Order: sequence, then C-alpha cells, then structure tokens
Amino acid sequence: MLTLLHEQRETTLPNASASGDALWLDRHDIEATTGWAWKPEGLCRDDICVPLPRDAAHSIVKHDKLDLAAMWRHMGQPVVHDATASTWVFGTGPAQRAAALTSLEAPDFELPDLDGNLHRLSDYRGKKVFLATWASW
Amino acid sequence: MWQALFESLQGQGTVVLAIAMDNAQAARPWIEAAKPSYPCLIDRDHHVADLFNLVNVPQALWIDEHGRIVRPPETAGSTDVLRMMDRSNGALPEPIMAERKRIKALYLDAVRDWAQKGAASEHVLEAGEASQRLVPPDPAIAQAHACFRLGQHLLRGGQADQARVHFDEAIRLHPDSWNIWRQAAEKDARGLAAGPDFWARVDALGEKAYYAPIEMKGVGPAG
Repeated sequence: MLTLLHEQRETTLPNASASGDALWLDRHDIEATTGWAWKPEGLCRDDICVPLPRDAAHSIVKHDKLDLAAMWRHMGQPVVHDATASTWVFGTGPAQRAAALTSLEAPDFELPDLDGNLHRLSDYRGKKVFLATWASW
Repeated sequence: MWQALFESLQGQGTVVLAIAMDNAQAARPWIEAAKPSYPCLIDRDHHVADLFNLVNVPQALWIDEHGRIVRPPETAGSTDVLRMMDRSNGALPEPIMAERKRIKALYLDAVRDWAQKGAASEHVLEAGEASQRLVPPDPAIAQAHACFRLGQHLLRGGQADQARVHFDEAIRLHPDSWNIWRQAAEKDARGLAAGPDFWARVDALGEKAYYAPIEMKGVGPAG
C-alpha cells in the first residue's frame, strides 16, 4: 500500500502504483491527495491550470493514470520517496511558498494541542496573533 | 515560556500561539510545568517552519486581526550569545547578560505596544517593508522540508535507519536550519541536542549568527 504525504494530508492509496521515480495516480486520487484536479487543460486548482508538459504528454499519462511525481517536478515542486517507494512526500515548491508569503496573508495551518484538540490559525481571525516557536531540544 | 507576556496582553484582543517544533512526548513535560493559559500547539513535522521558512527557535511573527503578517519571522528576543558562553557551565559574562536582558525586554515591550496600539504601533511594518524582510525559501530549502517530513514519518514507523538517510539529506540541503539539525540529532539525558556535535556546528558558523539580530529601534547591529 502506498502512502502520500502532502502539506498536512496523509493519504493511503490502494489504486496507485510506483515504478522508479514515477508515481501513477488516477484522477480521484490526485484530487484526494493534493487538492489539484486533473482536467483536460492540465492540473488545476482554484483558477490556476498548469498544462501537462507537451513533449512528455505521452509518457506521463498512461490510460487513466498520470505520473504525478513527474508532473509535480515539472511544476517545480519537491518529490521524495523512501527506499521501497512506498511512502512519498509531495512538498510545496519555493515559488508557491514565496507567493504565499509575499502576499503577506499568513498561510493557514491546523495543529493539535497536547489534548489532541485541533487549532487552526484562522480560528483566531479578529485577534492579533503573536505566533512564537519553541522546542525542548 | 510566554505566560507573563500573555497575561500582560489580556483584554487587548491579542493571543499568544506557541508552537513546539517538537513531538508531543518531548514537549509535554515543558508545557505541563509552564501551565500556560494560551494555546500550545505541537508541530511534529515542522510544518509551520516549512510554511514560514523558519530555521531556529524561538522565532516569532506577528499576524494582525485580518490574518496579515505585520512582522515577518524574526528571533523572538533572543540574542546571539552562544559563542560567548562558558561551555562548562553555560555562564555568560555580566555585560553580555545585561545586554541579553535588555534586548529581550525591548522585544517584549514591542509586542505589548503592538497589542495596545495595533496598526498604529511603530513596530508594525508597512506592507513593502514587511515583504522585503520576508525571506522566501529556495528550491533546496523546499526539498529539505520534504526530506525532513519523510524522515519524521519513517521514524514514527520505527524505521530509524531509513529516517536518518532523509534527515541527513535535509541537513545537507538546508544547513542553516537548526530546527532540522537539532530535531534529528541525538539528545542527551536532558533531552538536549547540545553535545560536541552541536558546538562544532556553532563554531563552524564563522561570521554567521546563530540568532539573527532583530531589526528594531534600540537593537544595535551587533545584537
């Protein structure tokens, strides 16, 4: 069974298959794992569509599956997997992070406290938030 | 950690959100001892460091009522004193101690000023200045966070050796991240990654700061 980690999502994929650095996912799994929709125009989210690389279109699409790893790298975003290619991380690229940061709109996230209660940054909208990190180490 | 600050911000529409770049098990005793009345969140995969390009603790950023960043990530009042420390006992020379205290107080006063005055605080940056101070990640940093995430996942699954491979790659790609290095390092009996390897890394910094100085009125370039 394959596992895909993206942002704070962790999804197990019974229908996906990996070979080398390729990870083949169907339309449903692509959207479920990353939030991006695979449409005729390309990979789309919100009002952005990234076309599939034209010259590689024959090799990154096979029947009803897309090599999402190749597409992800094409979008300038990191892809790493473990030695057995059973766990994959689809990171967020520097351009996407930079765009979010320079908009000055703080990107939202959701994290648990010690009791397991989830807090979203956006839960505190309407208040000033002093966000400070620390660690035991 | 921030309890005194939080208490002084009561009734000013301001919340402290403390985020541990840590796993729950290691963070728990600290949080239970501090008995904070503000939210303390656990970020075992350092997701917030990935989002905001953070490299060390403590770092802080200020987010206003509309969710806008009005002070980008910066050292949260700490000063770069590690290399002036007596490594046998952690002691600092008196003048360094005094300066450290002064900077910390100045920073906390700035937070209180913001809580009180909001956008009118002199410490709130204009959009242009705030954007300029934001350090966006480069491709190696983005890749490093993906490697770190994979390492943490494998570690939780009991694959420590495999995890180490990905931690090492993350450190190679993003050598400036103390968050990644220390989280992945061997800890001593106190839970600290502060052994000879740590000091060797500190010594190797050369001109670089362990804590970048805050850009704030009253803080000299030497921090």
